[in-house]
Amino acid sequence: MHIHKYEKIWLAFGIGCLIVFLTVVGVSAFAAGQQPPSCLTTIDPEKVDSTPPFDHPGLVKKGDKEYELNIVVAAFSFTPNAIEIPKGAKVTINVTSKDVIHGFEIPGTNVNMMVEPGYVNSLTTTFDKPGEYTILCNEYCGAGHHMMTARIKVVE
Amino acid sequence: MAKAAEAARQTKKEKEPALKGTLASVFLLGFFIIFSWVSVYFLFLHRL
Amino acid sequence: MAQPLEKVDRRDAKLALAHLFVAFTALALGGFAGLLQTLVRSGKFELPAGISYYTILTTHGVLLGLVLTTFFIIGFQFAAVSRTTGALSDGSRRTGWVGFWLMTIGTAMSAFFILTGKASVLYTFYAPLQAHAGFYIGLALVVVGSWVSGFAMFAHYARWRKTHRGQVSPLLAFMSVTNMVLWLVCTLGVAATVVFQLIPWSLGLTDRVNVLLSRTLFWYFGHPLVYFWLLPAYMVWYAVIPKVIGGKMFSDSLARLAFILFLLFSIPVGFHHQLLEPGISPFWKYVQVVLTFMVIIPSLMTAFAMFATFESYGRSQGATGLFGWLRKLPWSDARFFAPFVGMLFFIPAGTGGIINASHQLNQVVHNTIWVTGHFHLTVATTVVLTFFGASYWLIPHLTGRVMTKAMNRLAIIQTIVWAVGMTFMSGSMHFAGLLGAPRRSAFSTYGNSPQALEWIPYQIAQAVGGTILFIGIILILVIVINLAFFAPKGETEFPVAEAAAPYERAALALENWKLWIGLVVALILIAYTVPIIDIIQNAPPGSKGYKLW
Repeated sequence: MHIHKYEKIWLAFGIGCLIVFLTVVGVSAFAAGQQPPSCLTTIDPEKVDSTPPFDHPGLVKKGDKEYELNIVVAAFSFTPNAIEIPKGAKVTINVTSKDVIHGFEIPGTNVNMMVEPGYVNSLTTTFDKPGEYTILCNEYCGAGHHMMTARIKVVE
Repeated sequence: MAKAAEAARQTKKEKEPALKGTLASVFLLGFFIIFSWVSVYFLFLHRL
Repeated sequence: MAQPLEKVDRRDAKLALAHLFVAFTALALGGFAGLLQTLVRSGKFELPAGISYYTILTTHGVLLGLVLTTFFIIGFQFAAVSRTTGALSDGSRRTGWVGFWLMTIGTAMSAFFILTGKASVLYTFYAPLQAHAGFYIGLALVVVGSWVSGFAMFAHYARWRKTHRGQVSPLLAFMSVTNMVLWLVCTLGVAATVVFQLIPWSLGLTDRVNVLLSRTLFWYFGHPLVYFWLLPAYMVWYAVIPKVIGGKMFSDSLARLAFILFLLFSIPVGFHHQLLEPGISPFWKYVQVVLTFMVIIPSLMTAFAMFATFESYGRSQGATGLFGWLRKLPWSDARFFAPFVGMLFFIPAGTGGIINASHQLNQVVHNTIWVTGHFHLTVATTVVLTFFGASYWLIPHLTGRVMTKAMNRLAIIQTIVWAVGMTFMSGSMHFAGLLGAPRRSAFSTYGNSPQALEWIPYQIAQAVGGTILFIGIILILVIVINLAFFAPKGETEFPVAEAAAPYERAALALENWKLWIGLVVALILIAYTVPIIDIIQNAPPGSKGYKLW
């Protein structure tokens, strides 16, 4: 098949770019720990309220500046919905849904994950800047979807 | 023999249509892709 | 040279026109729903009579994402195979009508349950939100109808090959068949979840549903779906536009190669829509992201081929300098102008796609309104403007009419209106998305959250864009109705380009369907076998249905 010289140059350049992108993505994910949230833990969605740690949702101190934030998501609320976190805390957020699929997003940060019934999802983030953060649901879940919200206050 | 091959290459060269503008265009497109991709990647890093 | 125009058989024309009629009806209704959505989301307007935003959103998504596209594509492809490989046999044509009616009945059925508020589950219908069974059955009928039509095309193509042994098939027929093979293989996934999971569950025959399996089967279909939309636009670009501008196709065999690459790599990539999900291991997500990047390559080839077609034509007309050829293009011909603007919009559209498919970047934009902005560039601009551009010759060709100068001018205006409206709407969606504004959400300030207040100006810009786009919809409907019923009688060409170089032997090898389908299956098995076994083996208790709207 005849390919014009310039097309060969273009394809080499384009494919080269794609390889660079994939390498950046792969190294960030597998070496630097920036994997997308992919927790494999399962849970009975109808027994969330009696399954630890979701039987006592909220912020739990795990070590110096290390915390775990367990949140139960259900139509159309996050529990708890007002959370105070000390500045600089490294927080592992665990979420699960009691009913349908939801989203868990904190706009302006990299906190963004799917919440699905039957699964725990999880990601770790550090809250370096004090202020008010909003948690919202970014996957359609029903009539009250856009009313689903919670607050995080990062305090000194 | 070598002469014939050379001649063949010559005609082939002539047959390649002039596509300088195409090359420039696709590279502009390529730079746009790189710029956008890197911008969003930096947004991710900035929000870490 | 005064040959009679090669025409689509009149009986086939009727079949194609029936599809286009449903497609443009869907555009009218779905477009109106879209206008309402952007108005609601600006925060300045509320829907009357307790109509739900999400009912309107479901209507918009199903009518435009599934109905407009599928009907237009099948109609266009019937016309294309009839034009390039001869009139359909009576059997194939009858099969095509069966497909058409199955799809139309299915559409009417789903639409009924959506509009009566029994199926506000959006066009992705993620379980365990549970719609009325009639909604799923309607969708299943649409898919089955499209298969029937696909088989009609396959049969026609097979007959042509039998009577033309050793010949390379016409490009448009080859591309139509490739697209229908892609469609058939990918819709198996959505059919599996709808028929085996969702219909029995919504009828109460089963109690519970495996949510992640259903989603995974949906996205096995969901990504090739967008290529099913895109490939007919590429058909127009590769095989029609060169003729419209008066030039030649850059390379017939490279066009075929691009289509085969799309067929191979657009399916085993669904996980890049599921990057942020629990229950799927990061390794398999990365594997599918790598495969996703493979499917970018044929688009890179297409970009080169398009520029090369235009430059070659411009130079043949005496253009000089690096970009002088641009001036030689027929800017005042809507058949060229509309698809060309579509191509331009594919530059940011495709770029957005690469961003969406990259792990960390996806984390920034996933389920934000950036994604909505993205596919309003891909399908709602690139693809749709190309379809509009194709309609400007296809409809008059099929109805035996000609497009008047006035209509051509209106079509140019329509294209500009569309481009401006989409720049406003999709542009502000992209920026608001980077600031975190979620997609698929009615207006909300999230309790006066400072972040959400930042999004409002962008949402107003979306409403401005949406309103301009609605004007664009009215214009295209005026043009289409004119071309179908009122334009002066006459003969319009169905333009089909010739290749610049003679057929290469490679083109013949590219019709080795056993090989390609074998490879498609192999790639799918590689990408999906292990993760699907994991999903089934490690499944949590299933979910009951919820009707939360």
